[in-house]
Amino acid sequence: MPNLKDLKNRIESVKSTRKITKAMQMVAAAKLRRAQDAAEMSRPYTERFNAVMAGLAAAAGDSEGAPKLLSGTGADQTHLLVVMTAERGLCGGFNGNIAKLARAHAAELKAAGKTVKVITVGKKGRDAIKRDLADSFVGHVDLTEVKNVGYDTAQDIARDVLNRFDAGEFDVATIFYAKFQNVVTQIPTAQQVIPFEVPEGTEVEDGALYDYEPSEEAILADLLPRGVATAIFSALLENGASEQGARMSAMDNATRNAGEMIDKLTIEYNRSRQAVITNELIEIISGAEAL
Amino acid sequence: MADFKFDLVSPERRLASLDVTEVQIPGADGDMTAMADHAPTITTLRPGILSVTHAKGTDDFFVSGGFAEITGGAVSVLAEKAMPKGDVTKAHMDELIAKADEVHEAALASGTGADDAAQMRATLVEVMGSIGL
Repeated sequence: MPNLKDLKNRIESVKSTRKITKAMQMVAAAKLRRAQDAAEMSRPYTERFNAVMAGLAAAAGDSEGAPKLLSGTGADQTHLLVVMTAERGLCGGFNGNIAKLARAHAAELKAAGKTVKVITVGKKGRDAIKRDLADSFVGHVDLTEVKNVGYDTAQDIARDVLNRFDAGEFDVATIFYAKFQNVVTQIPTAQQVIPFEVPEGTEVEDGALYDYEPSEEAILADLLPRGVATAIFSALLENGASEQGARMSAMDNATRNAGEMIDKLTIEYNRSRQAVITNELIEIISGAEAL
Repeated sequence: MADFKFDLVSPERRLASLDVTEVQIPGADGDMTAMADHAPTITTLRPGILSVTHAKGTDDFFVSGGFAEITGGAVSVLAEKAMPKGDVTKAHMDELIAKADEVHEAALASGTGADDAAQMRATLVEVMGSIGL
């Protein structure tokens, strides 16, 4: 039988754990609201942007001399995976799921004889895929110091990716992040950003014949790099909301588990206390009888 | 004068959405003014001041990078950087110019696009002067 004092200490420690997880859950809930607002705010921009891009891309897609960001380099040998995860853990399967998807994707590419390069954003994901893909790492973006993920952050990442593309370091770039569905569901997603793919579900506006200034090609050439930044930006925002959502539900579970554990330990504690009392009584009674 | 819908959005937020009579856009090929029933046009932006005239007066915004989409009944401006003109500070402009310098140096190193980058920087300085910073 565990001794009473140990049990009591144990209960106290679980209680303080519960307090911490409860606090983390509440903090995550508040941050989630902010992250969702940010994602909401960016939607008008990304939607309009993608619609216009899709229209332009559809028009220019087949023509010769289309920008490389749209038509690709003509090869498909080297793949760049941009794996975006959180800087912090304790958020359930969030980091693990993204890493798993990226690993599976990389394994598939390697099996097909392609070269894989990896840029990681967020150190948790880096740690998670280090074992399998450490020799493919070409870069890392640290967001620990970044308090509010803004468009500038996305632009910096995009610039790095584009520079590598211009230098011919890779042919295809794919970003990995978790799409926010709701607090319990985040869908790990792989999205190809280079060459540009018309996102599914984007309506291509027919009949709207535009005048282009300067020219259609010039606009497309100007917008394509911005498209990469936009895609990365919305992925970062989705990730932000997903991370907080995942943390919130993970901490909610932890709080509940701690509660159950406290109940169980308390029952055990009461039982053993009762057993001690009964024992003492038996001793007293048998002592009295022996007299 | 007929009104039409005007939206100004940046990646981080929607800055304006209102009915206007006239929008002056700093297009890459020169300023243009859009009024109701303008021919459908898409133009890229150069850094500059976007001026909106509506029933209650005029609003000025600083915009940089992005494009404007003009259809008969609406104008949407998607700018990578956008803020009300009054909120622009010297620090903002310095930051943009520093960034333009970086791009310029990178362009010089790679040997392509140096002229565009220099032009970009010059435009920024000009805008800064016109705001009076």
